[in-house]
Amino acid sequence: MQEFDETRPDPDALLNALKKEEAHFRRGKLKIFFGMCAGAGKTYDMLKSAHEAQSKKIDVVVGYIETHKRPETEALIDGLIVIPRKKLEYRGVSLEEMDLDAILERKPKIVLVDELAHTNVPGSRHTRRYQDVLELLDNGIDVFTTLNVQHIESRAETVAQITGSIVRETVPDSILEQADEVELIDISPEELLKRLAEGKVYTPERSMHAAQNFFRKGNLTALREMSLRMTAERVDHQLRDYMQSKRITDTWKSGQRMMVGISPSPSTISVIRWARRMAYTMDATWIAVYVESSKALSDEEKKQLNNNIKLAGELGAEIVTTADEHIARALIRVARQQNVTQILVGKTRRRYPFMPTLLDEIIENSGDLDVYAVGGDTTEGTIKRKIVIPKIRSSLSQYILAATAVFLVVMACYPFTNYFGYQTVALILLFTVVLLPLVFDVGPVLLAATLSALLWDYFFIPPQFTILIALPQDYLFLAAYFVIAAVTGVLTARIRAREQVVRLREEHSTALFTLTKHLIATKTQDEVAEAAIKNVSSFFNSDVAIFLSQPDGDIFTAAHPHSTYAVNGKEFGVAAWTYWNEKKAGKFTDTLPATTATYYPVSGPRYPLGVIGVQTKNGKQFSIDQESLLQNFIAQIASTLEREQLSELAKRTVVYAESEKLYKTLFNSISHELRTPIAAIVSASEGMLTLPEMNSSALGKTLTNEIHTAAERLNRLVENLLDMTRLESGQLAPKKDWCDVRDIIQASLKKLQAELSQHVVTINVAEDMPLVQLDFGLIEQVCTNLLHNASLYTPPGTVIAIDASIYENELLLTIHDNGPGFPADAQKRIFDKFYRVPGTRTGGTGLGLSIVRGFVEAHKGTITASNKPSGGAQFVIRIPVEVQQPMEIQ
Amino acid sequence: MPPIKEEILVIDDEAQMRRLLSVTLESAGYSVTLAENAAEGIRNAETHRYEAIVLDLGLPDSDGIDVLKKIRQWAVYPIIILSVRSSENGIIEALDAGANDYLTKPFRSGELLARIRSALRLYTTSPGGSKFFFSGIEVDLEMRVVRKRGEVVKLTPTEFSLLSLFIHNAGKVLTHNYILQQVWGPKFEGESQYTRVYVGQLRKKLEENPNNPSFFVTESGIGYRFTLENEK
Repeated sequence: MQEFDETRPDPDALLNALKKEEAHFRRGKLKIFFGMCAGAGKTYDMLKSAHEAQSKKIDVVVGYIETHKRPETEALIDGLIVIPRKKLEYRGVSLEEMDLDAILERKPKIVLVDELAHTNVPGSRHTRRYQDVLELLDNGIDVFTTLNVQHIESRAETVAQITGSIVRETVPDSILEQADEVELIDISPEELLKRLAEGKVYTPERSMHAAQNFFRKGNLTALREMSLRMTAERVDHQLRDYMQSKRITDTWKSGQRMMVGISPSPSTISVIRWARRMAYTMDATWIAVYVESSKALSDEEKKQLNNNIKLAGELGAEIVTTADEHIARALIRVARQQNVTQILVGKTRRRYPFMPTLLDEIIENSGDLDVYAVGGDTTEGTIKRKIVIPKIRSSLSQYILAATAVFLVVMACYPFTNYFGYQTVALILLFTVVLLPLVFDVGPVLLAATLSALLWDYFFIPPQFTILIALPQDYLFLAAYFVIAAVTGVLTARIRAREQVVRLREEHSTALFTLTKHLIATKTQDEVAEAAIKNVSSFFNSDVAIFLSQPDGDIFTAAHPHSTYAVNGKEFGVAAWTYWNEKKAGKFTDTLPATTATYYPVSGPRYPLGVIGVQTKNGKQFSIDQESLLQNFIAQIASTLEREQLSELAKRTVVYAESEKLYKTLFNSISHELRTPIAAIVSASEGMLTLPEMNSSALGKTLTNEIHTAAERLNRLVENLLDMTRLESGQLAPKKDWCDVRDIIQASLKKLQAELSQHVVTINVAEDMPLVQLDFGLIEQVCTNLLHNASLYTPPGTVIAIDASIYENELLLTIHDNGPGFPADAQKRIFDKFYRVPGTRTGGTGLGLSIVRGFVEAHKGTITASNKPSGGAQFVIRIPVEVQQPMEIQ
Repeated sequence: MPPIKEEILVIDDEAQMRRLLSVTLESAGYSVTLAENAAEGIRNAETHRYEAIVLDLGLPDSDGIDVLKKIRQWAVYPIIILSVRSSENGIIEALDAGANDYLTKPFRSGELLARIRSALRLYTTSPGGSKFFFSGIEVDLEMRVVRKRGEVVKLTPTEFSLLSLFIHNAGKVLTHNYILQQVWGPKFEGESQYTRVYVGQLRKKLEENPNNPSFFVTESGIGYRFTLENEK
């Protein structure tokens, strides 16, 4: 059993390999020219590769190249097609960026995009160039790009430590993993320094500066080592992938799963990077966990937390959020649930003596889990933390109100001091302080406790109006008072905070429940949109716009009329982008952030169902909690929309089937009525020509011949018209079956025996031509029409050739002759309905070629007409086909 | 004494076609009976023994296929069907239900007469001995040996079964499914790539010009016919 398990490839691994391959099928290929630093020659090598591709007739264009005025590099741009850059105004300065839309429009096979880590000018579609590249890849365009090791997210920090300069522009490691090819451009530090000295890297004045700072030999050696190591790691991974897919079983996925905790602290960043590096080298999957507690976060912390979570996501972690007051306990719980084998924790400082740190607690409870502690605190992080900790979180008004309440009670009690004694006043004040947490946070409560103790001492404890205390037991009394007030206040506040978290969760589930209830009651897509808008806008206190795809999955043309804010052209553009790319865009994202709303895709199983735009009324970003709730909302809306679309589709299918049935009945009866008399005329006249007793008079024979020819022509016309009708009705679906292309050609030739008797026909089909999936009848008709066409438009004795071949699952069928060819302006219109080449003899209907095109297109193929350089007309048909694998001949 | 005229039953609902068929067939020396609908056709077939039937598939009162099936229950003589273009499914169904041959309208009268002659010849001549000759090729059905101009041609067992099926049905249209069932077995129904590949093999080994076959002829979208009419 054990042996069996070992030799069997892990199904998950296989699935992963398949998924990778599948994604590649649609996506463009990414090639990264990877180097240790500027001046290594990446751009130069990239341009050389581009020229190489161009010489192979591949469509290569330059999207963006930074030559740094290096003459060798500049010379290489010559001869390549350059897409003009887009000019953008930013703060009065005109800047140039890559014109993404122009490239998408141009749709080259390969585009060159220099400096992957570049940050785009604000106002561009994406904030970062690598996002532009991802979009290009998504659109099936291959990209060549350049990247330096210091710009890789997980290495940025190490580079900063080595070189002392902080790297701001980084790209996620996942980009490097997605690359289909990484070409390392290696250069020795000595060579690079030489080039720098020669002014081949930077202009002389910049060279001096660079040599003193960044380009020191030590730095360069370290960077070189790093780039070599990364490339080696990648090769190692590829080897592992290969071994897995080929069932080579020395190694298999480690089965390790790593977990890292995320906090709102900037120091988390380096812990996350650590985790990624470890996970990558161990070949483990990893999750990043955020434990949400009742502790309120400042805006700055929220932002940092969002960044940390985003970073972990970009680096390939699976994100988990959970709610608990006890962080260590929550982390261990998640670790158990998610089958984690290793926990990675940043080292934390001991804040209070004798109190265990988070790390201590985790180690205490970790059991059999491995726990790694890594040096989390960078200088950057600790400085910030010192500012952050004492931050006052409650608003000032709370403090004022709390203080006022205490003052009022003191003033109210003062006149009665003599009646019930100053100690009773303490009880009344205590009661007040205990009540305060029902309304206020911990801070104001603590203030009230302190203030009330001081006021009691000053106004009530004898001697009055001094803070001095006469009786020793009053000292004790005051101390006890303060402790009780403070502890009770804080405890109550904490209970209330916890209650708030619970209430928030409850509110969320109620909101979801309400949404679901409303959605269930909907009957049409419009009602779904209405319910969605109502619920999202009321719960998230936002304006909402919804965009619904057309029933056949085509993009929407306008926002739904129930939308609560007006969508201008710019906003609509963002919504459209979201639709095409099925990714979040707009405000608070990296894509087209200069808008007023954030746009979320509503994804369906087959095509995007629509887009929801959300514009918060206070202009603030959603918390993680709200964001995840919104995602839940959208998921609910998506499934309801999908339900509606499916039922709509079902209804339409029924109508369609009915109309198809009616059409078929009509078509069959009409074609029968037309064909029967023609059949009679053709057969009868043919009979007259063949029967000897009918041919006694020459005149009779001539007349019969005329009838016969006319009938044949009428027959062709009717058949063509019927074919055209079938095409135009959209009812034509090719019935594909395995076909031998030779058979198809033979069948057409047999039909045209008489017409082609004056021509020489040559057939050129490879011996090993495999069977292909085609509709025999339709392609036979295509060949017949084209051959008939050739017989009509070429003089007798012309050679008509039919070539067929298969190349990469594409059937290439060429029918050409050495006749006069097409007149110059006819080529474009030749496939138009009823178009006939001017000055040709009668006999055609002008439908034959449009039918040919229709049938070829029904097979998702293309047909082109041209004149051969050597003279004569040529039709080239390309049809994507399924090819029969050679079978074993028994 | 004039030769005994062979009697043919024509079942077609179109008066024009009936007249045309009767004139064509009678001029070729056959005696013709006409029926204008399914009921009449079946009644005629039941009460009289014909040498062949020409049956139009598009009848007003009943499906041509049903008529064919009914008559086939007792009749062993050739039945040739007429049909309009673009109804390959109907033709395949009819051939599988026992029709011997088919013609699509409009057809040439010469073609019709040739088909009838061929069908009648097949029906009247019993398959001869164990040896079969065509165009310099000798097939020994018993010894399972094929010789081309005296040289032995190596055929795989499947190729030989296919060849002998063709020889036993020379002149007749065989649908893909019929061939698959006879040679490969019922499980292979619909797998027309087998027939296409193996017929290709036979052509390569036996035809003079495999790209323009004379004996193993493709019937577009329907199947194959092994014919000796093109023998040079």
